[in-house]
Amino acid sequence: MKELFPAKQVMGFVFSLVLTIVALLVYYLDMSFTAGMTVLLITAFIQAGLQLVVFMHAGETEDRGAIYTNIYYGLFVALVTIFGTLLCMIWGYI
Amino acid sequence: MDFFDRFAIPHPSPVIYASMVAIGLTVLAIIAGLSYFKKWGYLWREWLTTVDHKRIGIMYLISALLMLFRGGVDAIMLRAQLATPEAKLLDAQHYNEIFSTHGVVMILFMAMPFIMALMNFVVPLQIGARDVAFPRLNALSFWLFFMGAMLFNISFVIGGSPDAGWTSYFPLAGNEFSESVGTNYYMIAIQIAGIGTLLTGINFMTTILKMRAPGMTLMKMPMFTWSSLVANLIIVFAFPVLTVALAMGTMDRLFGTHFFTTDNGGMDMLWANLFWVWGHPEVYILILPSFGIYSEIISTFARRNLYGYKSMVYSMVVIAAYSFLVWAHHFFTMGQGALTNSIFSITTMAIAVPTGVKIFNWLFTLYKGKIEMTTPMLYSMLFIPLFTIGGVTGVMLAMSAADYQYHNTMFLVAHFHNVIIPGVVFAMLAGLTYYWPKMFGFMLNEKLGKWTAWLLSIGFLLAFMPMYITGLDGQARRMYTYSESTGFGPWNMVSFIGAAIMAVGFAVLVYNVYYSVRYASRNISSDPWDARTLEWATHTPVPEYNFAQVPQIDSIETFWDAKKKGHVLFKGKYEKIHMPNNSGMPFIMGCIFFAWGFSFVFGIWVPLILTTIGIFICMALRSFENDHGHYISVEEIEETETKLRGAN
Repeated sequence: MKELFPAKQVMGFVFSLVLTIVALLVYYLDMSFTAGMTVLLITAFIQAGLQLVVFMHAGETEDRGAIYTNIYYGLFVALVTIFGTLLCMIWGYI
Repeated sequence: MDFFDRFAIPHPSPVIYASMVAIGLTVLAIIAGLSYFKKWGYLWREWLTTVDHKRIGIMYLISALLMLFRGGVDAIMLRAQLATPEAKLLDAQHYNEIFSTHGVVMILFMAMPFIMALMNFVVPLQIGARDVAFPRLNALSFWLFFMGAMLFNISFVIGGSPDAGWTSYFPLAGNEFSESVGTNYYMIAIQIAGIGTLLTGINFMTTILKMRAPGMTLMKMPMFTWSSLVANLIIVFAFPVLTVALAMGTMDRLFGTHFFTTDNGGMDMLWANLFWVWGHPEVYILILPSFGIYSEIISTFARRNLYGYKSMVYSMVVIAAYSFLVWAHHFFTMGQGALTNSIFSITTMAIAVPTGVKIFNWLFTLYKGKIEMTTPMLYSMLFIPLFTIGGVTGVMLAMSAADYQYHNTMFLVAHFHNVIIPGVVFAMLAGLTYYWPKMFGFMLNEKLGKWTAWLLSIGFLLAFMPMYITGLDGQARRMYTYSESTGFGPWNMVSFIGAAIMAVGFAVLVYNVYYSVRYASRNISSDPWDARTLEWATHTPVPEYNFAQVPQIDSIETFWDAKKKGHVLFKGKYEKIHMPNNSGMPFIMGCIFFAWGFSFVFGIWVPLILTTIGIFICMALRSFENDHGHYISVEEIEETETKLRGAN
């Protein structure tokens, strides 16, 4: 019975619900903008990772190397683009 | 008649009207020719519906050569206008339209499809695959590119050309300063072609990662395949930025949003930022496959294996990462502080290091090689010194403090032509000459080929070296004229002569194709250059299924080993081969996209909505379609193989 029960997926689902509830707290509780954004960003990234790994089976085939390399590279490009743009357009702009 | 007024050209001239007539007559001539020779069925069955990567590659190639002609004519007009001070050949508006078109056509509709042509034709053969991973998606990529390119090309006779430069910076490109539909054409035509390119990126990454012949590990892939893999990786991560930026620009122009406006919270310089977040990786998308082509050609004709295979691979991977870290060097003067500029200065200079590694690897490959100076090799040998000049001036431009002097001058124009012409165009012409026998079953004439290479090189030097000088003296780019007292006149005349010589070079290339079609021997082997990689292991012409048996790989240069060391490439018996079916859907979808883009450009909403629905219907039909492809039987393979072996 044990091997038939998808424990990982069920736990993932519960965890994903918890993350959603935490994100919803930003709406219901009276938080500062910074605190709210921090909570949203952190829960969003964990949620995305959870979906990719648990429900989209990123690490379960022999292509895991290629898939993870692509995900990390995409993350790198996204972060560089966002922070680079902030640097050019706002922080470093005189 | 009010409805049709919008299609009128806002700034006409007799030349444009003449072009209109010429385009009409050409279309009529093509239709008449196809009907007279009864070629409609052939065109539809063999080309418009094909999903064969080799045929798609050839269609890309033809488009690229046509666009090279179009962009070249634009270039000649620009140089002719600047040849003498205060010339009256073109007025300011036409000059603006022509340089904008020249840039977009040359980068997106000439260089990109040229790369795609070689990638499509060569990569599946090099890795021993039967086709790409998603053949029908590949056809769709081509038709989206083609329709995007055609939409862009009709702009100058219907509604007016874009005139805000190939970079199309806001607020100049906004409705306030660019009133004609020209910039709408820019936004939407590039969007359509860009989606095609993005699909190609996904397709080729999957193909290279999943469909290599048994035994070909990543570090045993030929260099062109490696460079394609890296270039497609960059495509997948860079093109979405362009897609988003173009969508925002389109909304600003057509729906009154305020992303790039100067008021209401818009940020006009964000366009420049996003454009170059895509734009800088884009130049590496162009140059890396070109480097791959050079690597193949240099090791073939130096008769040596490529020096420093691993360092070649690592340098490309490093370039792929760096290419996303340098974009702000395109706008050092836009107002960032010294710290920001310094960061991007240093990353930019750092990217010269892996590029230098590659240059030295080619030189070491040549060292003690038995060099055979064929046309492709001549291009490669001309490339190394000429490209290095471009690289060195690039490092000059990378210094942000000094860039205040060079910015937006002819110095910059000279620099990027200096890397793109010897880097990309020479590579593509070298690749064209090198793979021509595999594509068409005969070789291009060597003598005429060398004439082309020399004419292009000499013309290139004459055309662009003077720009370094006038640029440092302060001649701004995109200025349609200058006064005699500036002293730029003689140098610009030299430039014009250089451009004219390059045009002659192109004419010799075209004549070469004509001459070789008529006179070249059809009796050539399937490996006429005595090359080293797998694409030469199959027959010429390449059968539909590429390889009758899947090749067995155990080294970087398996085909060379098979020729010299007795490695057995093809083992076992023939088995039936599974191939994809042809489909008219990609072409039809491309046509719908064309109508969609045209309606969008002019803001004609009803057809726009209908064509949008049409696109979704096409995708839905594909989802529910049951198409399992077809099998080629063993008898058929044996028949084809015997025939092709006999021919060689």
